[in-house]
Amino acid sequence: MELRSNEPTGPIEARWDKHRFDMKLVNPANRRKYQVIVVGTGLAGGAAAAALGEQGYHVKAFCYQDSPRRAHSIAAQGGINAAKNYQNDGDSVFRLFYDTVKGGDFRARESNVYRLAQVSVNIIDQCVAQGVPFAREYSGLLANRSFGGAQVSRTFYARGQTGQQLLLGAYQALERQIDAGTVKMFPRTEMLDLIVVDGVARGIVTRDMVTGKVQAHVADVVLLATGGYGNVFFLSTNAKGCNVTASWRAHRRGAFFANPCYTQIHPTCIPVSGAFQSKLTLMSESLRNDGRVWVPKRQEDCGKDPAQIPESERDYYLERIYPSFGNLVPRDIASRRAKNMCDQGMGVGPVVDGARRGVYLDFRDAIQRLGHKAVSERYGNLFDMYERITGESPYTHPMRIYPASHYTMGGLWVDYNLMSTIPGLFVGGEANFSDHGANRLGASALMQGLADGYFVLPYTVGNYLAQVKPGAVAEDHPEVKRVVAEVEERVSRLLSIGGTRSPDSFHRELGQLIWDKCGMSRTAEGLTEALQKIPELREQFWSDLRVTGGGEELNQTLEKAGRVADFFELAELLCRDALTREESCGGHFREEFATEEGEAKRDDEHFQHVAAWQWSGDPSKPNLHQEALSFEYVKPSARSYK
Amino acid sequence: MSTINLTLHVWRQSGPNDPGGFKDYQAKGISTHASFLEMLDVVNEELAARGEEPIAFDHDCREGICGMCGMVVNGRPHGPQVETTTCQLHMRQFKDGDEVWIEPWRARSFPVIKDLVVDRSAFDRIIAAGGYISARTGSPRDANEIPIPKEASDLAFEAAACIGCGACVAACPNASAALFTAAKLAHLSLLPQGEPEQQDRVRKMVSQMDAEGFGHCTNHFECMAACPKGISVDYIAKMNRDFLKAMITARTDLPKREKQ
Repeated sequence: MELRSNEPTGPIEARWDKHRFDMKLVNPANRRKYQVIVVGTGLAGGAAAAALGEQGYHVKAFCYQDSPRRAHSIAAQGGINAAKNYQNDGDSVFRLFYDTVKGGDFRARESNVYRLAQVSVNIIDQCVAQGVPFAREYSGLLANRSFGGAQVSRTFYARGQTGQQLLLGAYQALERQIDAGTVKMFPRTEMLDLIVVDGVARGIVTRDMVTGKVQAHVADVVLLATGGYGNVFFLSTNAKGCNVTASWRAHRRGAFFANPCYTQIHPTCIPVSGAFQSKLTLMSESLRNDGRVWVPKRQEDCGKDPAQIPESERDYYLERIYPSFGNLVPRDIASRRAKNMCDQGMGVGPVVDGARRGVYLDFRDAIQRLGHKAVSERYGNLFDMYERITGESPYTHPMRIYPASHYTMGGLWVDYNLMSTIPGLFVGGEANFSDHGANRLGASALMQGLADGYFVLPYTVGNYLAQVKPGAVAEDHPEVKRVVAEVEERVSRLLSIGGTRSPDSFHRELGQLIWDKCGMSRTAEGLTEALQKIPELREQFWSDLRVTGGGEELNQTLEKAGRVADFFELAELLCRDALTREESCGGHFREEFATEEGEAKRDDEHFQHVAAWQWSGDPSKPNLHQEALSFEYVKPSARSYK
Repeated sequence: MSTINLTLHVWRQSGPNDPGGFKDYQAKGISTHASFLEMLDVVNEELAARGEEPIAFDHDCREGICGMCGMVVNGRPHGPQVETTTCQLHMRQFKDGDEVWIEPWRARSFPVIKDLVVDRSAFDRIIAAGGYISARTGSPRDANEIPIPKEASDLAFEAAACIGCGACVAACPNASAALFTAAKLAHLSLLPQGEPEQQDRVRKMVSQMDAEGFGHCTNHFECMAACPKGISVDYIAKMNRDFLKAMITARTDLPKREKQ
C-alpha cells in the first residue's frame, strides 16, 4: 500500500488556505444527520468535540475518567507556543515552523508543521476569548517567556498550570455543547475496539466502566484523541490511566502505527524512591535556567551529604561537555548524559535496586546570586511540590533529578487531513505521529493538541463527511455484532485465566525491560534481547494472570489487565521499530550510530522517512511501509550544542 | 529507608445498594517515601495475591492536578496535610502504629459507586448550566485587543485553579457546593470577556447547584480549609452578592430558556 500524505502543493505559506478552500462543505441543515464519535477529551478531543458540536454535528464523546475535565492534558505545566511575536523579538510563523522541523531532527512532514505554526496564533485568540487566564504584564497585555532553549519568547503560560487552564477552556466549551444537546458525553467509558465495515471506520465498541456493559456505537466518522503510549514503561510522567488501547485496537483493525521508537524522555523528574513507585513526577524544565546539574567527581562521595562535597570535587558535567549551552542543552542530551553518569556509578541519592539513579540540580549559586526571595518567586511552587514528595527542601539541599518517560512522538499514521490509513478514522493530538518528528520541543504539545482539535479536524472531518452518506451502517449490522462479541469474549478471557499474578506486576516487569533496552539509549543487542523476552513474558501474562472480581461491575483490575495486554503488543513494535531504524535521531538514540563525541548521528540517506507499521495478525511480524520525507524549506543539518 | 506499619479501617461498599462498612487491613513495611495512594497500591497487591478484591479508589495523574483522587483520611478530606491532594500526601506524615480511617466523600449529591469511588457528575452539570464564556471556535479577535489588568487576571487565575475534586463538598457539614460554584463564577466574571453573560451565568449555575441537592453555605469555611488549592471563601461572598444583584435586576420581560 502506498502511503499518500495528501499534502497540497504550491508555496508552503499558502497550502493550508488553498486546502481549506478546496475542501468540501456540509450544508448546515444536513450536519445534524451525521453522527461523529470522539474518543478522548483532552486538548485535542475536547476541542474537536466542542467545535464539531458547534458546527451542528451530532457528537458522542467518550473518556475513561469520571469527567472530561480530568484528561491528562491537565498536567502540562510549562506553556504553549504561538508565533505571535508580541515581544517583537524576531519571531514569525516561519521561525516557529523552522524551529519545530529542526527540533524534530528532520523527521516530520513540512506541510503539517507549517500549518501548525500558522494556526498557533489563532489558538491564543480562541483561549483568551474563552477566559483562559494567561499570565499578563502590568500593561494588561499578555506575557511571554522563553522556553526549552528557544531564542525567542513565544511561550504563553498560566503560572505552572497552563495545561490545566487550557483544558478547562476546552472542557467548558464542551460542556456548553453538552447543555445545547449537540454533544452527548460518556464518562467512565472505555473504547475497547474499532468497528470497520468494508474497510471504512463505522464506530466503536465500549465498556461502561461502572456497569461493565459492552456496547456498540455506530457513526459516520470516528476521531481518536487518546494520547500517547508513554505508560508502556510503567513508570512515566503520564497519568496512571493513560493507555494505548484505543490506538492499538485501531492498529489491529488496519490503522498503520508510525515511528513508535520516537519517545521523549524528560530530564528533570523526581527519581524513583523505592519498589512501590507508581509514577514519576516532572519538575518543570524552567528549573534548568537557574539550577546547576552536577555529580561528585569521586564515586566514594556519591553517598555523602552533598553539602560536605567541596566545589573542587563536583563535576558540573553539562557545563563541562557543552560549554556554550551548559545546563540548557535539549531534553534528549540532558537525559542521556544523566544516564551515562549514573551508569558510570556516579549517581546520587538512595540506592534502589542496587544503584543510585539521580543527579543533583543545585540552586545554591542561584540563591547566593539572586537571594532566597527571588528564587522563591520564580520556583517556589515547584520547590514546595518537590519537598512534599521527597521530604527535602531544595533551598537547603540540592534537588535530585533523573529522566523519565514523558511524551511519545510516534503514533497512528495520518495524512495531511489527520486521517489514518482507515478511511473515516481520524487521529489528533499525541495519539497521531504527525508534527514533532523525532523529538518534540517544549511547549509544543499543547499547541498541537489544540491546533488539531480547534482548527484542523473541524475542517477535515467536514470535508470527509461531505463525501459520505449519513447512517450507512446500523447497530444490528453483522460486523457490528461480531466486534461486540469479540470484545465480550476478550473480557471474559481476561477474567477466566485464573493465574497468580496481578496486571500491575506484569506491567512493572514489562516496563523495566523496555526502559532498560529501549529507553534513553538503545543497541541492536539489547533490542534483540527485548524482542525475544517480550513474547515470553506476554505468554506468561496470558497464562498466569489473575483478575479478581467480575465483569459486570466497576473492576479496576480488569481495566488494567486489558490495557497491559495491549502494551505488551505495542512494546514489541516499539523495540522492532527501534531496531530497524539504524540511525540516531531526536529521542531515538542508538549507541552504534553516534559521533566520536557520543552525539547522535542521523542517516538521511537511508532513514529520511516515516516508518509506518501494518498489523499482520502476528505481533512479531508486522509489515513495514515507508513514507519518504522531503525538505524544501528547511535544509537538514546536524544539531550542535557544543 | 524507614518503614512503618499501620492499621487501616477502610470503607468497603460493593455498590450503590450495599449499605457498606469498615474493614480492617494491616499495611506493613510501608516506606515513608511512598505516597498515600502508593501505600494503598501495596495493600491492594497483597489483597490480590490472596485472591481478594482490591479496594477501589479513583486516581489518575497522581501529581495533584487532575482532581480525580480524593478520600476522607482520618475525618479530613485529602488527609492531614494542608493544600495537598491525597495523591500528594506522603507516608512521612504518619507514624509507625497509626490507625488510619479511610472513607469516600460523603454527600447525597455524590452517591457512592463502589468503595471509595463516588459519582461527581453533578459538578459537570453545574458547569454545563453556564460555567463558560460562549466563544465560538474561530471567531475571536486578536488576543491582545482585550487588555486585562494584571490584578484582575491574577485574581481570576486564583479562582480558576480549582481542580473539581469535591473536597469542599465533603468537608462541608451541609455538603454545599458553594465554593466550587463560586470559584468558577469568579474566574469568569472577573474577566471582561465574561461580563456579557455574567448575570445569566450566576442565576443558572446557582439554580443548578440547588437542583443537584447540595446544601446551603452557612459560613463554616471548612471548604477552604480542605481545598487542596487553597481557594478563598471570599468568592462565595462574591457569588452571593452577584446572585442577589442578578435576581433584582433580571430582565423578566425576556422569555426564559427552559432547561431539561
